[in-house]
Amino acid sequence: MSYFRAENLSLHFGGLKAVDAVSFAVEKGEILSIIGPNGAGKSSIFNLISRIYRPTSGRIFFEDQDITEEPPYDIAKLGIARTFQNIELFENATVLSNLLVGRHRHSTTQLWQELLFLPSVRANEKVHRRRVEQVIEFLDLEPYRDKLISGLPYGVRKVIELARALCSEPKLILLDEPSSGLNVEETDDMSFWIRDLKNELGVTVLMVEHDMSLVNRVSDRVIALNYGRVLAMGSPAEVQQHPDVVAAYLGA
Amino acid sequence: MLDFVQQLVSGVALGCVYGLIALGFVLVYKATEVVNFAQGDLMMLGGFFAFTFIGMMGLNYWIGFAGAVAAMALFGMLAERVVVRPILGYPQFSIIMATIGLGYFLRSIAGMIWGTDDLKIETPFSQGVLRMGSLVLAYDKLSVIAATMILCTLLYLFFNKTTLGTAMRASSENMLAAYYMGIPVKRVVSIVWAISAAVATCAGVLLAPITFIHSNVGLVLGLKAFPAAVLGGFGSIPGAVVGGVLIGVIESMAGFYLPEGWKDVAPYLVLLAVLLLKPEGLFGHHVRKKV
Amino acid sequence: MRFLFKTAYEDDIKLFPHSGYVVSYGILLALLLIAPFVLSSYLMSQLVFVCIYATVGVALLILTGFTGQASLGHAAFLAIGAYTAAYLQKYNVPFPVYFLAAGALSGLIGAMVGFPALRLTGIYLVIATISFALIVEEILARWESVTHGNEGMRVKALSLLGVPVPRDSPTFYFLCLAVLVLTIVGTLNLLRSPTGRAFVAIRDSETAARSMGVNVALYKVKSFAISAAITGFAGVLFAHKLSFISPEMFTLQLSIEFIIVILIGGTFSLHGAVLGAIFIVMIDPFLTYLKDDMPGMIAGIAATFGAGPATAGNIQSKVAAFASLNGLKGAIYGIIIVLFVLFEPLGLYGRWLKIKLFFQLFPLYKRATFKRQKIYVKSERNR
Repeated sequence: MSYFRAENLSLHFGGLKAVDAVSFAVEKGEILSIIGPNGAGKSSIFNLISRIYRPTSGRIFFEDQDITEEPPYDIAKLGIARTFQNIELFENATVLSNLLVGRHRHSTTQLWQELLFLPSVRANEKVHRRRVEQVIEFLDLEPYRDKLISGLPYGVRKVIELARALCSEPKLILLDEPSSGLNVEETDDMSFWIRDLKNELGVTVLMVEHDMSLVNRVSDRVIALNYGRVLAMGSPAEVQQHPDVVAAYLGA
Repeated sequence: MLDFVQQLVSGVALGCVYGLIALGFVLVYKATEVVNFAQGDLMMLGGFFAFTFIGMMGLNYWIGFAGAVAAMALFGMLAERVVVRPILGYPQFSIIMATIGLGYFLRSIAGMIWGTDDLKIETPFSQGVLRMGSLVLAYDKLSVIAATMILCTLLYLFFNKTTLGTAMRASSENMLAAYYMGIPVKRVVSIVWAISAAVATCAGVLLAPITFIHSNVGLVLGLKAFPAAVLGGFGSIPGAVVGGVLIGVIESMAGFYLPEGWKDVAPYLVLLAVLLLKPEGLFGHHVRKKV
Repeated sequence: MRFLFKTAYEDDIKLFPHSGYVVSYGILLALLLIAPFVLSSYLMSQLVFVCIYATVGVALLILTGFTGQASLGHAAFLAIGAYTAAYLQKYNVPFPVYFLAAGALSGLIGAMVGFPALRLTGIYLVIATISFALIVEEILARWESVTHGNEGMRVKALSLLGVPVPRDSPTFYFLCLAVLVLTIVGTLNLLRSPTGRAFVAIRDSETAARSMGVNVALYKVKSFAISAAITGFAGVLFAHKLSFISPEMFTLQLSIEFIIVILIGGTFSLHGAVLGAIFIVMIDPFLTYLKDDMPGMIAGIAATFGAGPATAGNIQSKVAAFASLNGLKGAIYGIIIVLFVLFEPLGLYGRWLKIKLFFQLFPLYKRATFKRQKIYVKSERNR
């Protein structure tokens, strides 16, 4: 059985088939990239997995559990974290509190305990804070701890979003265009971090990406999509050579 | 049955006034995504202007009406320039608060200038009734209904058929893009405020024979116009008027058939029900955020 | 400038980041504790209102400032608290019981308002809360067997452990102060725990909050319930302070006053609620002063600049006539709201931070530090 599996996943908006009977599987510990031209349905797949959209048909399995009907907030509780294409950070909060929100799925304290800030809450907070510090160290975010998001440059925000996802200690992480808007140097950093996610933290990565050099560097396998359908699946080299993929990109 | 029709007509007439105020909300909202909580107070001020021209200066009704509309259009532009333009682009809540502040200010200034007594304007429609068999319909109510229909048609044509109307719709969708396409966004916003103040004035003058003009009339009716605008979907011109009429009829029927007290809460109960069941209103469409 | 060196994770959790805070808040608390023995009874009465308004301000900050859910219906929650107290008092229920009951009932109704509000954002939420408040007002006026309708209800002095506490006694003031301080401490605790962070997350991006495992609906309802419960507690004190309540005290006007409290104070910090409450409560004494003393003073100034006694007297009566105009208060409210929205969106507390920063950085302070960013493109319609 695969670690994560999508079966015949479809998302229709009226007549438009944004995702059309897509099936794929992610093995534990691999980096799988989804590529495809604009509007191919890549982000829609992510939005289906994190339950922002409800699939028209099809099922999603994670660790042999059917998660198609789980409410959106429980997806994170199962250990699936994600980043967003256009950055969805908490603008008017500090980096630290953004990252601490990432710890939300591990919070166990009750409201009344928090109102009194009982020792148990304090102890939990310290654990959260230590975990967050580990992520900060991992992603070199030390200079920004107490800064407000609204004052930070785009590249840093992108990293913070990755950090927030990591703070939840995910088993599977969904990266929606991790390199969009980053310069060459920042993209390089990102590619190292993505490899480290897999090698050091043992996180499984599902990634949507346009930058083929990044895809080639980090991916174990690649899926190519067009018009909501799977064109090809396999190693990065195989997929890039596939005639349908070439046709989709070059418009032949 | 006769009672029912009488109630229906007076409900529709009152509803048209709500609809006209709601129309003001919708116009401003469409163009700038600002909800003008002072819209009712603009109506009140328009009524007072008309009273000054007609009642105090003794001008002809129509000249006074036109004068009040023109004066209020200018005032609308002024209010936009002073209160709204500096904060366009900030969170909606700040702008709502600013217009609430404007409303407070207008109400007390009006109270200071025109006093706190109820004022009445003599209009050609004040007396006179239309008799159809045993059905008696007052001209003042019919005049409100007719004027609303005319105004609504004109505005609808304006927004959908003229270049300026298109420019307004464009700048409401995306102010920055409209600006880059060469639409003078600031002027467009000014004009929208002028139009909405003018519409409010029409409502105020038409209302004058039915209810009296006093400094709080705008607050009271403005609060009733919210349910109307929400019912219509807060972005649709015909929706605002239909919503207004519905609210007016519901209120009038509740006042007639239900025990005392229901009349005042019925519009809000309907509003809450609509928000619960169909938050986008009867004529609105649902848009979802893209991530 | 003070630099904080953090050496333990505790440092990020502490309520007081450094000793300076302990000293200044300690002094403030000491001053508040000796206030009843120094200030006039009129000022003490105003101070009690400051405590009550500030408590409501904190409640509103939790909902509007931190969770981002605007409410123009908080007068209704205050009314629910006040009427619960008045009603239960008639049946000789002891103070602690009806105090808690008022908060609980108000919180429960807050949660019930929160549920329908889940699907609403922005302007729709504002309108829905206004509608809720108007309906509550009407119910209070009509449900005569419980509320005595428009005649209103008398509220007896509260009794604590069998000892009556008159509404102008120092004990009553200490009670109000204690409620305020406990509310503030509880809120601060909440803000440094997962719940508070979830609130802020919902305010800034519901989508992201959801994807991080925050049950947005649950936390919105929690926020409504907490805010309403605190307002309900404040309502009990409000009823006792006024010793008489009737429906027309809990109008939209009062809800707007509460919003003004946080708007003027600043919506991003609890300091704002207190500063805003002081501001709102002090408008009345200020207007009285304007009516009583200003005319004479201006006439005096005119006289020193060479105006004859006739002219000075004339000026005095003109100013007096202006100051006692009906509706001057409304006009002042209006102007204050507009000016704050236009020029000081961060409120009084924001102004204080700017002044502090100015001196800390002198002469390097630049105005652009606090410049707001305009977002023309982002339509709030699609949220």
